[in-house]
Amino acid sequence: MNLEEYQGVWVFIEQNEDQIEGVSLELLGAGRTLADKLEVPLAGVLLGDGIRHLANQVIYYGADEVYVIDHPVLKDYRTESYMKGVILLAEKYKPEIFLYGATPNGKDLASAVATDLSTGLTADTTMLDIDLDNRLFEASRPAFGGNIMATILCKKHRPQMATVRPKVMKALEIDQRRQGKIIEETISLREEEMRTKVLQIVKDVSNTANLADAHVIICGGKGMGDIQNFQLIHELAETIGASVGGTRDVVEAGWLPHSLQIGQTGETVTPKVYFAIGVSGAIQHVVGMKNSEIIIAINKDPNAPIFDVATYGIVGDAMEIVPKLIEQFKEVLKTSGGEMIYV
Amino acid sequence: MHIVVCVKQVPDTKIIKINPKTNTLDRRSAPAILNPYDAHAVQEAVRLKQLHGGTVSVLSMGPPQATAVIKKSIEIGADEGYLISDRAFAGADTLATSYALSKALERISKDKPIDMVICGKHAIDGDTGQVGPGIARRLDIPPITNVIEVSEVNVKDKKVQIKRKLTSGYEVIETQLPCLLTVEKEINDIEYSRLPNMIKAARYESIVWTVSDLENVDRVQLGLKGSPTIVGKMFTPPKPEGGKKLEGTSTEQVMQLMDLLIEKKELFTLKATN
Ligand SMILES: Cc1cc2nc3c(=O)[nH]c(=O)nc-3n(C[C@H](O)[C@H](O)[C@H](O)COP(=O)(O)OP(=O)(O)OC[C@H]3O[C@@H](n4cnc5c(N)ncnc54)[C@H](O)[C@@H]3O)c2cc1C
Ligand SMILES: Nc1ncnc2c1ncn2[C@@H]1O[C@H](COP(=O)(O)O)[C@@H](O)[C@H]1O
Repeated sequence: MNLEEYQGVWVFIEQNEDQIEGVSLELLGAGRTLADKLEVPLAGVLLGDGIRHLANQVIYYGADEVYVIDHPVLKDYRTESYMKGVILLAEKYKPEIFLYGATPNGKDLASAVATDLSTGLTADTTMLDIDLDNRLFEASRPAFGGNIMATILCKKHRPQMATVRPKVMKALEIDQRRQGKIIEETISLREEEMRTKVLQIVKDVSNTANLADAHVIICGGKGMGDIQNFQLIHELAETIGASVGGTRDVVEAGWLPHSLQIGQTGETVTPKVYFAIGVSGAIQHVVGMKNSEIIIAINKDPNAPIFDVATYGIVGDAMEIVPKLIEQFKEVLKTSGGEMIYV
Repeated sequence: MHIVVCVKQVPDTKIIKINPKTNTLDRRSAPAILNPYDAHAVQEAVRLKQLHGGTVSVLSMGPPQATAVIKKSIEIGADEGYLISDRAFAGADTLATSYALSKALERISKDKPIDMVICGKHAIDGDTGQVGPGIARRLDIPPITNVIEVSEVNVKDKKVQIKRKLTSGYEVIETQLPCLLTVEKEINDIEYSRLPNMIKAARYESIVWTVSDLENVDRVQLGLKGSPTIVGKMFTPPKPEGGKKLEGTSTEQVMQLMDLLIEKKELFTLKATN
């Protein structure tokens, strides 16, 4: 393999219902930094049915080029059809780095593509960098349960691939004046050849806001004591219209469903305000919430590590503090006779 | 129906201890267990066997003591267990692991054709979720990841209907047999082991293969040699600074917080609604 033949940074663009997924925009932001360091173009890879018009968006968010395959068979994501398209592009244009969102579809696709291209793939990365001296991609991810980061290298194979956790990287501001090149490729795919059919897609319509999109999250930890006391967390959340989340210990105790776990093995969240109440702040929890804008910690142990990441800390007993908070919020709401608008 | 489940032995990260001085895993503190997702994979295979008949085999790659997870799988209800164990496999990343496992699967299917392979969504130690789809590519069968329900199996027409979890919601997929699934925990509840299974497990001798028991193996693709990725360096993430601790009695602290959140409009503004 002639490594020099491979140039440029690519981002796989996930789209859904005529919209580019947030994680893909974040990766364009991260990819931009990598491409600038390497002084190579950044490209988006956009596959789907009737998605051409999204190519400009990819450029507005930082790409220099967009590779497009628009084909009816690519309407819904399927490993076999998407993989064919992506491999066709990668073999023809030879990128040196290729990023995918660590989403169900992104991970599925990246794993299949890596196998067929016999190249390295690093899963669930949270830090990306370039070793310029050796022109190597440094993809880092939490290891050993998250207390330590491991940098994974892929020295002799190209492209160097990684899936990247959503909500960790930052998207660039949209810039509608950005110009770029759109390269359209065709692929011969026939529906009859597909072994897999998507019969139905059912969106999650539960009214509890998706944790990942919540503006305000009240996260309760094991320090709440028991499931009865944990009701205080729900009550506070209800009062101010926030979403509830929990630590792994809370989920394991059965106080909350698994889907509400925040952290390395749960959701990564970046709300405007994050309340961590009775949460010790173990690294595996912190990696999932540390990018929240404002973090408020309530813990009776002044040395709890959660205070290291908190914007504001209250040292005290949650059983005493939380009812007071609820009371204050209710009071403010009543006296102003209004509703709260998140800014 | 012949279902093969890939099962991995992993350290129990729930009780794992990290040595705070060296920041490394204290391996002695971590008992080895069957990867929790793989337990659900075995349970699902057993459930499908009860519905449609057939055999459940399990396959693991690891050191000799990994036969423990095969015994555990037999307790859940698997019929047969294979361990591939050889120094040549050591140090494998996901690419080399999927290669070795696919070679073992080819060997198993020679004796008894395979209709379905089931893997866990990910292993809690490596935590990649890449091995399952990798195996599917190598065997050229459709991979369906993040499965939360196997709704319908039509053994005669070789068709299955599957629910696959998405970022938000799920999709219903129809695919053909053979195929490979990777399963989420919510796919089923692990049932209590039945006594006959436990007795069988206690006496069970796994079938153990080395590289030379497998056919058409390109040794360059195995173990460390066959792994394109390597661990470059390990480092502790920089410790954040920490913010402001509020002071005073609990009531005073609450009032200060309200002030910060509402007066300074860091949380929300209030709009009169009358
Ligand atoms: C591989 C791996 C993955 C993991 N993934 C995750 C993950 O995704 N998410 C996650 O959260 N964890 C995860 N963990 C577990 C993590 O290491 C911690 O064990 C967990 O986050 C601790 O939860 P906790 O803070 O609720 O409980 P504890 O650590 O028990 O903390 C309770 C805290 O509450 C405080 N407290 C007690 N009583 C009160 C009171 N009355 N008022 C105020 N404060 C009080 C205590 O001082 C303490 O700080 C993972 C671990 C491993 C090894
Ligand atoms: N050494 C192994 N032996 C058997 N199965 C494995 C092994 N490694 C991974 N697997 C399977 O692949 C799944 C995903 O593992 P991973 O890609 O390492 O997260 C696991 O849940 C297992 O089903």
